[in-house]
Amino acid sequence: MTMNIFHHAIQIDEAKCVGCVHCMRVCPTEAIRIREGKAMIIQSRCIDCGQCMRACPAKAFYIKQNDLKMLQDFKYRIALFPAVMIGQFPDKISEEQIYQAMLALGFTHLMEVEQPIKILIDLTKEYLQENEVTKPCISAFCPAVVRLIQIKYPSLVDNIIPLKAPHDLAAHFILQTLMSQGVKKEEIGIFYITPCAAKISAVKSPVGDQPSVVDGIISMSDFYNKVRQLIPREEENETGAQRKYLTREGVLWSTSRGESSRFGNRAIAIDGIHSVVKFLDRLENDEVQGFDFLEMRACDQSCAGGILMTGNRFTTTERLEQRSKNYPSYREKELATNLDKDELTQCLLIDEIKPYNAFSLDDDITRAMEKMTKAQRIICFLPGIDCGACGSPNCQALAEDMVQGNAKMSDCIFLQQRWQHEARIGVEKAFLNLEKRWGEGRFNADCNKRGRRNEGF
Amino acid sequence: MIELRFILEGGDFDRAGTASSETKKILKQLNIDPKVIKHTVVALYEAEVNIAAHAYRGEVTITVSDHQIVAVLKDEGPGIADIKRAMLEGFSTASPKVREMGFGAGMGLPNMKKNADVLEVESTPGFGTTVKMIFDF
Repeated sequence: MTMNIFHHAIQIDEAKCVGCVHCMRVCPTEAIRIREGKAMIIQSRCIDCGQCMRACPAKAFYIKQNDLKMLQDFKYRIALFPAVMIGQFPDKISEEQIYQAMLALGFTHLMEVEQPIKILIDLTKEYLQENEVTKPCISAFCPAVVRLIQIKYPSLVDNIIPLKAPHDLAAHFILQTLMSQGVKKEEIGIFYITPCAAKISAVKSPVGDQPSVVDGIISMSDFYNKVRQLIPREEENETGAQRKYLTREGVLWSTSRGESSRFGNRAIAIDGIHSVVKFLDRLENDEVQGFDFLEMRACDQSCAGGILMTGNRFTTTERLEQRSKNYPSYREKELATNLDKDELTQCLLIDEIKPYNAFSLDDDITRAMEKMTKAQRIICFLPGIDCGACGSPNCQALAEDMVQGNAKMSDCIFLQQRWQHEARIGVEKAFLNLEKRWGEGRFNADCNKRGRRNEGF
Repeated sequence: MIELRFILEGGDFDRAGTASSETKKILKQLNIDPKVIKHTVVALYEAEVNIAAHAYRGEVTITVSDHQIVAVLKDEGPGIADIKRAMLEGFSTASPKVREMGFGAGMGLPNMKKNADVLEVESTPGFGTTVKMIFDF
């Protein structure tokens, strides 16, 4: 149950966690439990989608990131960031001013990850035309979706297009560009400014086997605050050369329909993790047929709604739509000719996407069946209210936790109440059980307790 | 041994897929090979749609043992007059209304046969049909 295959970016600050059930309820993979009054993540089930972080009223979830001080270690310091970064600023701050503020932070090169998107578009088109591909092809753009398929929809791993995401392409692209100018690899520091937790995990433990070339990860929300403070009053110098390959399609790539509008005769774009889950369920039943390409993103409004984004996701998308009009189509734009396209292509291939079923009750079928029979029997006694007061997301999950030895009958508060009614358990004992699950003193009256009125709960 | 039972209503396309989805969840928990799960679920969904399209009501029983999955779908309905013909790809007696909903292409039984290791169809015209499918692993 605690098998750890993936690196996880999302962490819980126990000091801040107040022990409520908001995160547990929204988790699409039932990866959260409450133990001793604190939330805990079942690592093998977490896909880093960030729903828990969004739902937490106490801001107890945080992500591991690198310090900007790391910049000092490199002569060439590259900020890799997705175009949604620009979209979050209010209209009155120009693209030029934002770029200048980012340079003022200490970077020497600014690289919007969608700059070389032409390469990815061409490779994807080639892949879609191959004969043996399993349709509908699913983009590997969103790492949370890739992980979701790996752990919950193992029969669909072959549908994923084995091509890495734009940030990988951009990292290799800038690396190759600089090295072709005679720069040594160790002098180059690549920092990815991430709009979400899933991208961090994707960098730290990529789907394939090769390690990422990114040296550090910075959270978009922290970065936004720093950049915002350094915005110059007026546009001072010209930074257009930093984004010379940017295209209309590139600017819109990480917004919804950014990919699906490019590929296949019949393509669908789905955003929001719960919508993705529903669609994958149908897809696995073969209920959905005839489609060539599926764009699936874990966040509402795709990356504009990323968990680490500051701006409103709708205004961010709108600004990008306006901005895209100032750039030419990728068809009219040529990338630098001195690049080794074959090498870039090699860097973009994912060798194998393995399935990891995170929902089996036991590796051994016979034992799994025994556990299931037991869980089905336990279910008869549970109330089916799905309140979460036991520390598991619903009655079914509690029954499964019990057969795995991770929960007890007395964790169900209704069952305990019944036992008291039948005089099978003392009042004192029942209360101690509650405190064991939710923490000592958790139920004392306290007007300063988190979650009181007007605190935004 | 795990046994699952579902009741289906004729004409209810909205709920067709419930039995296959529930079964899928259980099979994943039992750590059964994803390929076997896929075959089972696809065949089961086709069978469910058949009941929704043709029958009045039906009952699904799924039995999982340590080496196979057995699905029995028993319905009350018009039955199939010529099973041999019904097994042919493209043969369909679905009403225009059902076809309008995107079903009834005559691929149901052939698709079930393709996915199941054993497919047995028994039918009494005027009374109903029983479909039995076995998936080995």
